[in-house]
Amino acid sequence: METNYTISIYTENSVGLLNRVSAIFQRRHINIVSITSSASEIDDVSRFVIVVSMTEEAVKKVVGQIEKQVEVIKAFYHSDEETIFQESALYKVASKSLFEERHIQNIIKKSHANIVTVNTDFFVIEKTGFRHETEQLYDDLAPYGLLQFVRSGRISVTKSPMNIKALLNKLND
Amino acid sequence: MIKKENISGSEALIHCLLAEGVDLIYGYPGGAIMPFYDELYKFQDKLQHVLTRHEQGATHAAQGFARVSGKVGVCVATSGPGATNLVTGIADAMIDSTPMVCITGQVPSHLLGSDAFQETDIIGISTPVTKWNYQITDVKEIPEIMAKAFYIARSGRPGPVLIDITKDAQFATADFEYKACASVRSYNPIPVVNPSEVDAAAAIISNAKKPLIVWGQGVILGKAEEEFKTFVESSNIPAAWTILGVSALPTSHPLNVGMVGMHGNYGPNVLTNECDVLIAIGMRFDDRVTGRLDSYAKQAKVVHLEIDPAEVNKNVAADVAVLGDVKQTLPMLTQRVASKPYTEWFKKFKAYDKIEFDKVINNDLNPTKEGLSMAEVLKEINRASNSDAVVVSDVGQHQMIACRYATFNHSKSNITSGGLGTMGFALPAALGAKMGAPDREVVAIIGDGGFQMTIQELGTIFQTQAAVKVVVLNNDFLGMVRQWQQLFFDKRYASTEMVNPDFVKIAEGYFIDAKRVTKREELGKAVDEMMASDKPYFLEVCVEKEDNVFPMIPSGASVSEIRLS
Repeated sequence: METNYTISIYTENSVGLLNRVSAIFQRRHINIVSITSSASEIDDVSRFVIVVSMTEEAVKKVVGQIEKQVEVIKAFYHSDEETIFQESALYKVASKSLFEERHIQNIIKKSHANIVTVNTDFFVIEKTGFRHETEQLYDDLAPYGLLQFVRSGRISVTKSPMNIKALLNKLND
Repeated sequence: MIKKENISGSEALIHCLLAEGVDLIYGYPGGAIMPFYDELYKFQDKLQHVLTRHEQGATHAAQGFARVSGKVGVCVATSGPGATNLVTGIADAMIDSTPMVCITGQVPSHLLGSDAFQETDIIGISTPVTKWNYQITDVKEIPEIMAKAFYIARSGRPGPVLIDITKDAQFATADFEYKACASVRSYNPIPVVNPSEVDAAAAIISNAKKPLIVWGQGVILGKAEEEFKTFVESSNIPAAWTILGVSALPTSHPLNVGMVGMHGNYGPNVLTNECDVLIAIGMRFDDRVTGRLDSYAKQAKVVHLEIDPAEVNKNVAADVAVLGDVKQTLPMLTQRVASKPYTEWFKKFKAYDKIEFDKVINNDLNPTKEGLSMAEVLKEINRASNSDAVVVSDVGQHQMIACRYATFNHSKSNITSGGLGTMGFALPAALGAKMGAPDREVVAIIGDGGFQMTIQELGTIFQTQAAVKVVVLNNDFLGMVRQWQQLFFDKRYASTEMVNPDFVKIAEGYFIDAKRVTKREELGKAVDEMMASDKPYFLEVCVEKEDNVFPMIPSGASVSEIRLS
């Protein structure tokens, strides 16, 4: 059965590695649901968080192929239940709505969203949470006219430890 | 450690190659790699450069060299088309785990991304088909990156590495210090052996009544031929080979039961679906080996000895996987597995061998019809070479015949394009093989189709005078495709018939001794004459036009559904 898996990849920070990793998915005709890359808890080590919808058997093989890449330190896959994950979304709305439509202020309050900036032309709301929460806010704001909307890929940490530092120490020995 | 003061990037590249023990490279010059070639001119007494006639030829020559010598093959090309012409050979080396370092020139770094003349993103293009690649833009990076390139190419499961180097980095100067690379922290080439996995494997094998070994190139790449032979002999288990594994154990060895896969032998294929334990050693269950997966060895417990964790459970689930280098794990297994007679089991192999001999082999080797068969050419080559030759084959019917019928006494003797199936591989690969093993007889077996894909490398053979024996088995067809058209497409021979030139004249145009054989009575003498020559030699054998290769597992069929006709 296809279900969402979060693949976490610890890598060296090198040019072209994103291409190498994404090629593994492309070659197998797998659509990436979301992808983020950032610094990790270890200096000079990057962390990719990739969300895919696949069977467990397939995701296992893909993780094996990813781990095989020379500059990949370690790769893991986890189900949604095994991770703490969030996404961030930004909503840009015309300022006049904020002042003329009193519902908007209620929506912001109810959704625990933050106002990032307000000026005479527009204001920007930020909401971090689960997909259904950012989608709910989207649905609530849409009738008032969204000038722009953007959502980040998933970022996640796992409930179980990753022990990358210990692994790196071992590799460095 | 090698140290030099204030040298150019080009000179640094050459010192890196020399430090890695390279004395022979294949390549083709061009704009973006000219500084390197200029430096090469000064070092020609230490580093031989072979000018192939196309960059693809350089990769296959480097592959042939690597496969026969166990060393890293090196090839060089310029940017743009030079680099893209390497891609087929790199992909071939990737899928066949051949250690190779390719160096490409690149436009100066300030022009990167500007669509400059002969600029192409070879890093992007080669990423999916390289074990590792890297673009050098700074002269100071050269020693560390080159050391890493060689280390990655040859360690663990070998593979091709591409290093792209901008022209300005070749011109720039810096102090040079070379230290061989011994580890890369994110890269674990050889998994540490877990003795409990070996115990578990031994327990399964020890309980087997009908065990079958299928070995692959891992035995050769791991330089574990002796360890493998000891394991096979001490356990007395029948052993079958994949196309890239052959020659790790002599063909005549009594426990060698032949080839598995699409055109493999009858017994090992059928009995794959009868064995109770399948012991896979350094092989990856390619689809040409397994046929239909959901009916492949379902009755058997599978023990998989493998260096690459990503291969375990990829195509065939292993009951026990022994991760590690087979050179280490095989002796451990030998210690734990006792010999058993398996008398009834061996009888089955013999019975299937007899059927295959009567229905296929006898007819292939001793045909009664007038036209020559490909197999009888191999028979003559076996005879004339005493099974000591390196056989380099291309892709197609002649390849399957060569792999089925060539006999080998020595390891690293069957060089062929296995995983990628690259037509055009054999001629340049044979050149590389001859240069990698100059004391051995190297015979290329090529079809008339594949020969014309890299025919220009006759020029390289002529120029180097490498004493390659080139045999073209000419049936005026793309034979394997034609065979499929006959069997599965109602004989609609779409674009498989070839109107061929006079190959002998072409070879003679390159001043290579050449002969054509059309009759059986001429064959033995012609092969003898070819083998006796100490120069390059070209032999065209006109064979039966519409012969088929059998046995055959039709694609999508199970190994036990192998057809004899």
